[in-house]
Amino acid sequence: MVDNVTARVRVPREASAGEVVSIRTLINHPMESGQRRDDAGEIIPRSIIHRFTCDFNGTNVIDVTLEPSISTNPYLQFEAVVQESGTFQFTWYDDDGSVYEESADIAVS
Amino acid sequence: MTATRQQVIGTGLAAAAAFFGLPAIATAADLEEAINTFTSGATTGEGGLTLIAPEIAENGNNVPVEVSAPGAEAIIILASGNPNPNVATFNFGPASGSRMASTRIRLAGAQDVIAIARMEDGSFIQASQSVRVTIGGCGG
Repeated sequence: MVDNVTARVRVPREASAGEVVSIRTLINHPMESGQRRDDAGEIIPRSIIHRFTCDFNGTNVIDVTLEPSISTNPYLQFEAVVQESGTFQFTWYDDDGSVYEESADIAVS
Repeated sequence: MTATRQQVIGTGLAAAAAFFGLPAIATAADLEEAINTFTSGATTGEGGLTLIAPEIAENGNNVPVEVSAPGAEAIIILASGNPNPNVATFNFGPASGSRMASTRIRLAGAQDVIAIARMEDGSFIQASQSVRVTIGGCGG
């Protein structure tokens, strides 16, 4: 179990219909690659977030497969098109089975 | 028997590698396999895929990379010189605003970063960028 995992997302508060909005996400996670060794020379087991998804009102925006080569505290930036007001749902899937969730509302005029 | 200069240096390097427990670097075969898994062996074209990565990265633990390919349904990022060449795969959904994504990756050393996009018509395009790394980012 990885401690202190906090997700942060940045989504514009409002947009006009059909606008393409930029979304940025960051989550605190060590992303232990499984390549490093500890002081005793033992390999530190892999522990990463291996999948991230973003949905808007139930429609998929992006589905990302993450590998150990992603940096600590994975940062992702991408764009979504919004037609109506709604909620972005962000989900991160950890190797240990944990699922971290975050959501953000957007008002579309 | 006196050891030659080369032998001494060679042994020293091997010892250093063993001491630091440097991770094995992916072979060309590993890279090819990773590419084939994504493209199912199809040939890749060029153009239409933008891969933005720095020419020189000071810290291999955190290298910003951006990919963008209008009309792509998925883009994979590969690092030819990492222990495992796969870095990330972006699958774009119907609510995606543009076929771009940006993230930060680890690079073990100077190498080519490769991006391949699978287009909606089933074709593949490839782009690569050589990145020099001052401090490697995979253990060691």
